[in-house]
Amino acid sequence: MGFLDISHVTKSYGNVQVLHEVDIAVQEGEFLVLVGPSGCGKSTLLNMIAGLEAISSGDISIKGRVINGVHPSKRNIAMVFQSYALYPNMTVGQNMTFGLEMHGTPKPERDRALAEVAKLLQIDHLLDRKPGQLSGGQRQRVAMGRALVRNPDVFLFDEPLSNLDAKLRVDMRTEIKKLHQKLKTTIVYVTHDQIEAMTLSTRIAVMNKGYVQQLGTPKEIYDTPANLFVATFMGSPAMNILPAKVVMQDGAPHAEIADADGARRLLRFSQANLAGWAGRDILLGIRPEAITDPEGADRKSANIQPFGNRVTVTEPAGSDTYVTMSLSGRDVIARMRADAAVVPGQVFDFAVNMEKAVAFDPATELRIPA
Amino acid sequence: MSAVTQDTAVRTGRVTRTFIYLVLLLFALFYLLPFFVMLVNSVKPLAEITGGNMMALPRTWTFEPWHSAWSTAQIGVEPTGLKPYFINSIIMVVPAVAISTVLGALNGYVLTKWRFRGDTWVFGLMLFSCFIPFQIVLIPMARMLGLMGLAGSTPGLVLVHVVYGLGFTTLYFRNYYAAFPTELVRAAMIDGAGFFRIFWRIMLPVSGPIAVVSVIWQFTNIWNDFLFGASFGDQDSQPMTVALNNLVNSSTGVKEYNVHFAGAILAALPTLFVYIVAGRYFVRGLMAGSVKG
Amino acid sequence: MAAPAEVDFRTRLQDSLPRLVLAPSFAATLLFVYGFILFTVYLSFTGSKMLPNFTWVGLENYRKLWALDAWWIAISNIAVFATLYIVICTAIGLTLAIFLDQKIRGEGLLRPIYLYPMALSFIVTGTAWKWFLDPGIGLEHTMHLWGWESFSFTWIKDRNMAIYTIVLAAVWQTSGFVMAMFLAGLRGIDNEILKAAQIDGASNWQLYRRIVIPMLRPAFLSAFVILFHLAIKSYDLVIALTGGGPGRATELPATFMYSYTFTRNSMGIGASSAVIMLMTIAAIMVPYLYAELKEKP
Repeated sequence: MGFLDISHVTKSYGNVQVLHEVDIAVQEGEFLVLVGPSGCGKSTLLNMIAGLEAISSGDISIKGRVINGVHPSKRNIAMVFQSYALYPNMTVGQNMTFGLEMHGTPKPERDRALAEVAKLLQIDHLLDRKPGQLSGGQRQRVAMGRALVRNPDVFLFDEPLSNLDAKLRVDMRTEIKKLHQKLKTTIVYVTHDQIEAMTLSTRIAVMNKGYVQQLGTPKEIYDTPANLFVATFMGSPAMNILPAKVVMQDGAPHAEIADADGARRLLRFSQANLAGWAGRDILLGIRPEAITDPEGADRKSANIQPFGNRVTVTEPAGSDTYVTMSLSGRDVIARMRADAAVVPGQVFDFAVNMEKAVAFDPATELRIPA
Repeated sequence: MSAVTQDTAVRTGRVTRTFIYLVLLLFALFYLLPFFVMLVNSVKPLAEITGGNMMALPRTWTFEPWHSAWSTAQIGVEPTGLKPYFINSIIMVVPAVAISTVLGALNGYVLTKWRFRGDTWVFGLMLFSCFIPFQIVLIPMARMLGLMGLAGSTPGLVLVHVVYGLGFTTLYFRNYYAAFPTELVRAAMIDGAGFFRIFWRIMLPVSGPIAVVSVIWQFTNIWNDFLFGASFGDQDSQPMTVALNNLVNSSTGVKEYNVHFAGAILAALPTLFVYIVAGRYFVRGLMAGSVKG
Repeated sequence: MAAPAEVDFRTRLQDSLPRLVLAPSFAATLLFVYGFILFTVYLSFTGSKMLPNFTWVGLENYRKLWALDAWWIAISNIAVFATLYIVICTAIGLTLAIFLDQKIRGEGLLRPIYLYPMALSFIVTGTAWKWFLDPGIGLEHTMHLWGWESFSFTWIKDRNMAIYTIVLAAVWQTSGFVMAMFLAGLRGIDNEILKAAQIDGASNWQLYRRIVIPMLRPAFLSAFVILFHLAIKSYDLVIALTGGGPGRATELPATFMYSYTFTRNSMGIGASSAVIMLMTIAAIMVPYLYAELKEKP
């Protein structure tokens, strides 16, 4: 049993079920990120933890106490909203202590808590301003401060960085991570940004269409995605997916694919049990960083295979160069070192790290486990 | 040369512009003329109106018509002037505006921030009531006021105006609060504030503009109402509009046009005053309320 | 195992409080609007005279109503009045709005001048126009004094023309408001669209006819709905301006209903005329409100 237990939780509006039997046990001090495309049910789940939406069935408990139907203010949670939701008519200080005031905390104690958190977030100098006079980043800090002052059991973040510009978003991301490492608080964080999910979390729940697709550490999610949705949703550029056929050669399973010129080519799998799929179609998944120039290949990998193929387009991105080519009729992206000499229209010798390749059952879209 | 205008990016030539100004000024004249006529003739002796030119400035200035309209003119059977009816109107308007605005604010708050199944229907039914021809409720309302012992009384008129004004005030506050971020209400809930506390501490402090709109709208509508006042008011509760109509259309004696004009201006003064003082909000509010449902 | 949930009293109260707060207003609406409508509809099927009575007469009142000359006068008057009122108000409102939108010097002064009649009571408007149009002391008299002896303007005394004086005064009162609606619509149009059209070579006339006016569709709809319901409800203005006269020349359904119900002691007929007024308005308002409210569920 976890610190925050979500067990068999469902949500329906009338006949429409938007969440199906969600089971997540969040441990104390854990940073859980709920990630998924819009409409996947992540915000609904967060609102149910907060008590802002009713639970259709199942239980949510914090520290062993079921909180279904308990008023949001009595769950000992705090929430940071996407729009920050700062009260426009109150000063920063009043905003941050409003919750304590509502809970009847005496003024001296409120002031002490406020001073402490303001110092931690470096917003001491802003306390007398109104939210309208703050920049986006400052509002973000105040919104977090308001949550911190409460010293709750669980922090809930609802896409808190999505209203910031790109640079500030990266800075605040680091800031949140630092804060979590320092305070060891329990956090449930909703985002649609898979990079935020990867960088911040201790565990990720990838959601789609009301189902938790996979629950695991960032590494598990990234390296061994449970299904096609998780594989393509997490990672940027997305994992390359191409139809392939499993064939046996020299007693080992190989993926049979077609190169840009239509020639039949083989890539040996590291995953031995794919022998059981011999003669059948699968979907082969290879992340862009597993297709590189030979010098850029992962030296620790035991299964790097050379693979010459004609290049369609190159996109130098400064730190890396992305190369698009055609494999089995699909556009496939490879990630080169910045100075790799790749020329569009010509054949280039790539290196494919098949240790990182995954295979999916085309019928179920589930990964074929090792 | 023609100037590039920022507003519309439309270029207009000199001839066109002259024409446009001419039309705009003619219409300004059209809108101002009746009021000018009222004003000018309210300070003329009667003989100058009947024998003279309505457009001309007075040769003899007199404020007697104003005095007469206010305190001595024959209204119905009593020579009371419009003063008691002016007071009736004030006593009726103030509570009716206050009550309908407060209820409208609460309704708008519930309908946007505490939504429930069927709330759109509730709102739709309330909104439609703004547009009904009031003839459809006159007969039962008269009976109802009788049953409640409020027939011919100011409280009765207050009730009528509150009930039939609720649709508009609810509409205004609902539209205004709909644009107010719901996340703020949720944040306040998590902070531990309840229904009324959120209303009081979070919503009301930012409701100034729409409250002004609601008050102006209700004030204008109720002050200017004639149908309900004529149907449900009596000697002690009839509003200014009914008294003015009685004054102008009384069939006895000479027609004292100058007194009629003075009376009409008196009846128009409160709403004109409100319009001049807070007109900008008024316009903005009319737009907010009527363009989008 | 987890401890059972205690759904505390406060939470339960908080859940029902919003509906409790809304309830009195909604109940009042149900009773005073919809209850009363049903009552009036019921009365229209009874033989009520001076007081309501509950003898069922079926459609008798409606039959009588449509056989009355006075009702036909009221109906044809409202048709003329509503059509002219809506068309003229819209035309003036749109023209003034477009003209005012040409970066006019003194817009801040002109706008309130166009709008102030809206703040007046129809009784005040009626009084002002009644004497202004009176041939004995008003416009005609003034023109004669100014030397235009043949000038004649006796509409308000003329059975065939009096209804147009109602249109005139009503337009005077509301056209400025319609102007404000169109002006808001014009100001809401993205300037870049206009620039694009000009680059495409549209003349000013084409710009307005092909781009701007079609984009004002929502404003046209709102203006129509508002003017339509104001037209059907028109009562005060007629009372103050002509009293329904000369004769019955300016009788409208609203004045008809009032006089039949309260002075001619034919409450059943009065009720049936009110029902017809309501149905006319509902035919326009119900689809309009339904569409407006459905957009954002």
